Amino acid sequence: MAARPSALEGRVWPVVDAAGAYIDDVDTDQIYHNAHLAVTDMEEMGRYAFGNLGGWGDFPEKAKAGDILAVGANFGAGSSRQQAVDCFRALGVAGVVGVSFAPIYKRNAINAGWPLMECPDLSRLELAAGDVLRLNFKTGEAVNVTKGKTVPARPFSRVQLEIYVAGDLFAYGARLG
Amino acid sequence: MPFTIVEKIIAAHCGDDVYAGATVWVELDVRAARDFGGANVVQNFEAHYAGQPVADAAKTFFTFDCVVPASNIPFADNQQLCREFAARQGIKVYDVDAGIGSHVLMEEGLARPGGTVVNTDSHMNIVGAIGCLGQGMGDADVAFAFRAGRTWLEVPASVKVVLKGKYKWPTTAKDLALAMLREFGSSGLLGRAVELYGPAAEALSVEERITVASMATEMGAIAIFVPPSEEVLEWCGGAAGIDVRGVYADEGASYEATYELDVDGLEPLVACPPSPANVKAVSEVAGKEIGSAFFGSCTNGRLEDFRAAARVLSGRPVAAGVVACAVPATRRIYGALLGEGLAEELFAAGFVVSNAGCGGCAQGQVGMTGRGEVQVSTSNRNFPGKQGAGETYLCSPATAAASVLMGTITDPREVI
Repeated sequence: MAARPSALEGRVWPVVDAAGAYIDDVDTDQIYHNAHLAVTDMEEMGRYAFGNLGGWGDFPEKAKAGDILAVGANFGAGSSRQQAVDCFRALGVAGVVGVSFAPIYKRNAINAGWPLMECPDLSRLELAAGDVLRLNFKTGEAVNVTKGKTVPARPFSRVQLEIYVAGDLFAYGARLG
Repeated sequence: MPFTIVEKIIAAHCGDDVYAGATVWVELDVRAARDFGGANVVQNFEAHYAGQPVADAAKTFFTFDCVVPASNIPFADNQQLCREFAARQGIKVYDVDAGIGSHVLMEEGLARPGGTVVNTDSHMNIVGAIGCLGQGMGDADVAFAFRAGRTWLEVPASVKVVLKGKYKWPTTAKDLALAMLREFGSSGLLGRAVELYGPAAEALSVEERITVASMATEMGAIAIFVPPSEEVLEWCGGAAGIDVRGVYADEGASYEATYELDVDGLEPLVACPPSPANVKAVSEVAGKEIGSAFFGSCTNGRLEDFRAAARVLSGRPVAAGVVACAVPATRRIYGALLGEGLAEELFAAGFVVSNAGCGGCAQGQVGMTGRGEVQVSTSNRNFPGKQGAGETYLCSPATAAASVLMGTITDPREVI
């Protein structure tokens, strides 16, 4: 497997309400409703991403591979369902940056090798939909390339980086002697 | 630099000093899976690590406790899948006769003070009772732990809870756990490692510590640690057949907060549907008619819990129309119930006395409720659907015994 890049650049989707403020406490039922828990095919999961978050139901049609999500505080609260991470991976969403994350959501994203960065000062990037965002996992830099603004984010921990570089938690385990 | 209990345990298992907030690889002394989740662990392992060995078979276990012995084919299939994997890998199985995995691991000396354990059991943090770090994890995480012998953890922030005053029988450690839930709710200790101090904490027996620590999950806490007393170290050392040492916090360690909880003269409490944090005094709901009672679970399934129930009953029978079930936590306790004559005493009072396991708490076969059924239970969760379709009131064995005696929710002080 080719080495995975230590930075990500892509078109951003700030998950905001009608007034433009980040939506806090987006829970796993809003991200991936429990009506679809029986789905096991990852490709199909993409269809239901944000299906239960007001104003975001058309996200699966609009998202393109390589896009990045920018989210508010305590994103992914609620259940432990892995689908709330996998539905975005299915759409090719390249990663997520957020003010903060629910612990289990963070664990699931890290285990899946899906880039997740915590950035308490996210709002200072003044991200608008479609702006180009750059995230550096090693230095912890978050840059709004379009507007020329930079804020510090938390770099990946060694553990997160090792799992990410291997691909996912299972791939990391398979490499052990 | 001074460290908290959880920081010290993690540091000893990752080879580095750690503080709250760090994310580190942690060596696991015990990696286990139950019949719930175990089959998924095996499937994940075979899908990703086909033909590879577990990291250390001597530290890897299956602990069957949910539907034991299996009363349906899916669970029987899952148990057999685990047994066959275990045979291939040389892993020990604590089979359907053994009892609740978290308790078995303590009794066998596998979970011990200062150690680290994961299992597919959301109450695995119960081993905080003996100063051990346990975590419940999903099947993917546990499959990885089987393969790698370690997992990753974010070191949690620690808080102190200092108990003030003392309470007396028939108020028990279960009421203390419920008092903590009343105080902190289901999220007041979210993601925190709790250390319990004060004379009322120090005085807790091993069994009482298990009861309190078992409800950390309902409080959202990573774990509740009670610094091991001499009695605890002897109990664990006896189980392990070795000398064990407790891990204690350093003077000056960093706590996010210190809370005082006044338990002086605490009265018997009950958690009403629909959640463990919906705590009221028993006297507030006294008189509510019950149809059944469940005595057991990882929270109150120990010998002392059945002794407490028998003490309240004092030879008096279960009220007509009430079904009372007793499910010991482990085979060892089951043996003691038989040996001490307690099983016979409960049987004579009208109880169903079953083999060891989780019982209705894990939707096992003993203690499930039907729609409209009102149950008192010594377990730890009463969410809708958790212990069947009825309404479950969580209380101590003493309160449950008083209630089966009268056929209504009853303050044990009224009948002793």
